[in-house]
Amino acid sequence: MARSENDIAIVGFAQMKPERRSQHTETEMLLPVVNDVIAQCGITKSDVDFTVSGSCDYLSGQAFSFVQNVDAYGAWPPIRESHVEMDGAWALYEAYVELLQGHLDIALAAGVGKNSNSDPSTLYTIEFDPYYLTPLGADPWSLAALQARALLDSGKASERDFAEVVAANRARGKSNPNAQVTGDYSVDDLLSAEYVRNPLRKHDLPPVSDGCAAVILARGKRAYDLCENPAWITGIDHRIEAHLPTMRRDITVSESTKLAAKGAGVDKDPIDVAEIYAPFSFQELIIRDALGLSDKTEINPSGGSLVANPVMVSGLTRVGEAAKQIMNNGKKRTLAHATSGPCLQQNIVCVLEGDK
Amino acid sequence: MSHTPVAVVGVGQTNHKKKRADVSIAGLVREAAYRALADANMDWSDIDAVVLGKAPDLFEGVMKPEMYLADALGAVGKPMFRVHTAGSVGGSTGIVGANLVSGGRHKRVMSIAFEKQSEGNAQFALGGGKGASIGAGGAFAPFIRAYIRRSGAPEDIGWMVAVKDRLNGAKNPVSHLKLADITIDKVKESPMMWDPLHFLESCPSSDGACAIIFTDEEGGKKASKPPAWVLGTSMRSEPSTFAGRDAVRPQAAMDCATDLYNQIGVTNPREQIDCAELYVPFSWYEPMWLEAHHIAAPGDGWKMTQSGETALDGAFPVNMSGGVLSSNPIGASGLIRFAEAATQVRGLAGDYQVGGAKLAIAQAYGANAQFYAMWAVGSSLNPLG
Repeated sequence: MARSENDIAIVGFAQMKPERRSQHTETEMLLPVVNDVIAQCGITKSDVDFTVSGSCDYLSGQAFSFVQNVDAYGAWPPIRESHVEMDGAWALYEAYVELLQGHLDIALAAGVGKNSNSDPSTLYTIEFDPYYLTPLGADPWSLAALQARALLDSGKASERDFAEVVAANRARGKSNPNAQVTGDYSVDDLLSAEYVRNPLRKHDLPPVSDGCAAVILARGKRAYDLCENPAWITGIDHRIEAHLPTMRRDITVSESTKLAAKGAGVDKDPIDVAEIYAPFSFQELIIRDALGLSDKTEINPSGGSLVANPVMVSGLTRVGEAAKQIMNNGKKRTLAHATSGPCLQQNIVCVLEGDK
Repeated sequence: MSHTPVAVVGVGQTNHKKKRADVSIAGLVREAAYRALADANMDWSDIDAVVLGKAPDLFEGVMKPEMYLADALGAVGKPMFRVHTAGSVGGSTGIVGANLVSGGRHKRVMSIAFEKQSEGNAQFALGGGKGASIGAGGAFAPFIRAYIRRSGAPEDIGWMVAVKDRLNGAKNPVSHLKLADITIDKVKESPMMWDPLHFLESCPSSDGACAIIFTDEEGGKKASKPPAWVLGTSMRSEPSTFAGRDAVRPQAAMDCATDLYNQIGVTNPREQIDCAELYVPFSWYEPMWLEAHHIAAPGDGWKMTQSGETALDGAFPVNMSGGVLSSNPIGASGLIRFAEAATQVRGLAGDYQVGGAKLAIAQAYGANAQFYAMWAVGSSLNPLG
């Protein structure tokens, strides 16, 4: 399919191998990854017209944490630059919208997160409604457990299904050099583990990871100068739903993912590979259902976020992995999904297509 | 290309105050959002996407508050986006919202920015939550001192800006500070905060929010009130510090303005632009930005202040609304600048309207005077003729 100057593609992707605790600052983690993705595309920093990143002050443990990170992008002479307090997948969305304006050709989108700085079960309690939810001290694990319980009660899935998701992702992660927790696990062994938050066991929870990732986007035919097989963004949409899980019609269904999938045109053609950001094992089942994927779609060849989960990065990593399937593995049509907020409150879906 | 003209058809601000104890955070943003919807003659169902901006989450102690505010801002089932680019964030939030329309993603977008500073301690948060914060005044005072030395400006320039902006603010119904009886002597005699900055030369700490509704060319032409047309936008960043960086006249500030002027064909900003809303949290930043944004020659910015050129009835009015010196909900302050520039070219500024304003610019800056967001708005798509 012929591409126009309005079409935007991912042409490069690099990531740091996530680790439980990095001794580096966010800026130090970012610099080699930014250099890597720029080198992959055969360009220099001065060729990048627009830079945007996603990170979170509370994860870094200080206000304005992203300010220092401009040193990793090389902001001299001054650059066009922006920042979102969201996963890097949404930074990619801002870069995409910037390129849609038609004035610029090349953008860099990054995500960075140092999750080792904090205890997620403590920190994330302040991500909630400060008047009604935060005072309860409910952490994301507990809210996810309530969602998992609702899924079990609906009869749509069993605890064995949860464990199968974990075993499958960890097994697939063995071939991913950037995975943190991998291996062969028997479902029966997994099911014999203690609950952390009933009905969730430790393996149903995401690992704690420090990491970062970056992609390069290019507009129109310029994409072919940077990449032999650009991964064209043929659909992208993101939606949010009510904050309080109790205000949602049915928390076993991801309405916002359904809307985003429709907006991104997921069902127009078959999807070869889907990279899903499901921080908790059972959420992969909810998202797969919402995306309406067929059995022929390969899910999370990277192992997904159950093998490494640098929050603020994991979503962008999904996009990068889905793009790699086109750029390097010759796939035709892939999908990336990312989520944010309690019980899958906010979701983005990105459909990528190759020329071949 | 898909680039289409963008119109501002709705603007809403809260009544800015030191402490809005009467509303929650959601109540605060809804006050601005409702007023913007009323101004645009729209309701929630007309809005396709919401872009929320604010400065560090440590100000209120709520992490990623857009998640919780999705309900209050009518965003359920829609795209909701969160921008954070330090003090320039209000400007960036406006630009991201406008880009969603000009890029053809949506027909009607609400950009909204807020800060409810009374929920926390801004001084603590500005210091990264690590204590021993010198605050924004402490960070900028050395740059201001350097400007005074370099330009040879007399010491009363800062006092004059403080008086002018507060007198303007007294005409603005939503201002936090309404100091109609302020005088040069009162500024001069107010306590010294960060030499050379006196208490009355410093911005307040405010609770407040601002919302702007954008739509496309067709929507702009059909709007019930006059629209403001977004003629150009620009953002620039540079590193916080390095040997040889000019923090008084930062390159990013100059590049941002040059980029903006090139987009709209401005060759003589002082003559062609009718008025400006610039982010002036400390009095001396008025002459500093006039120079860094090529409105005055280097070393001459203070002369525009001294001659009264930047007053409401001057040849180049600056901060007609009262500026950041009159209201400063930090994360919203940039979007307020953008909104006030739009209000001027819409002719809806009431007691602080600049007669016949056709082309206005707005600017927001952040962090160590290193992040810039600017836009130009016009009463028509071609105000320069």
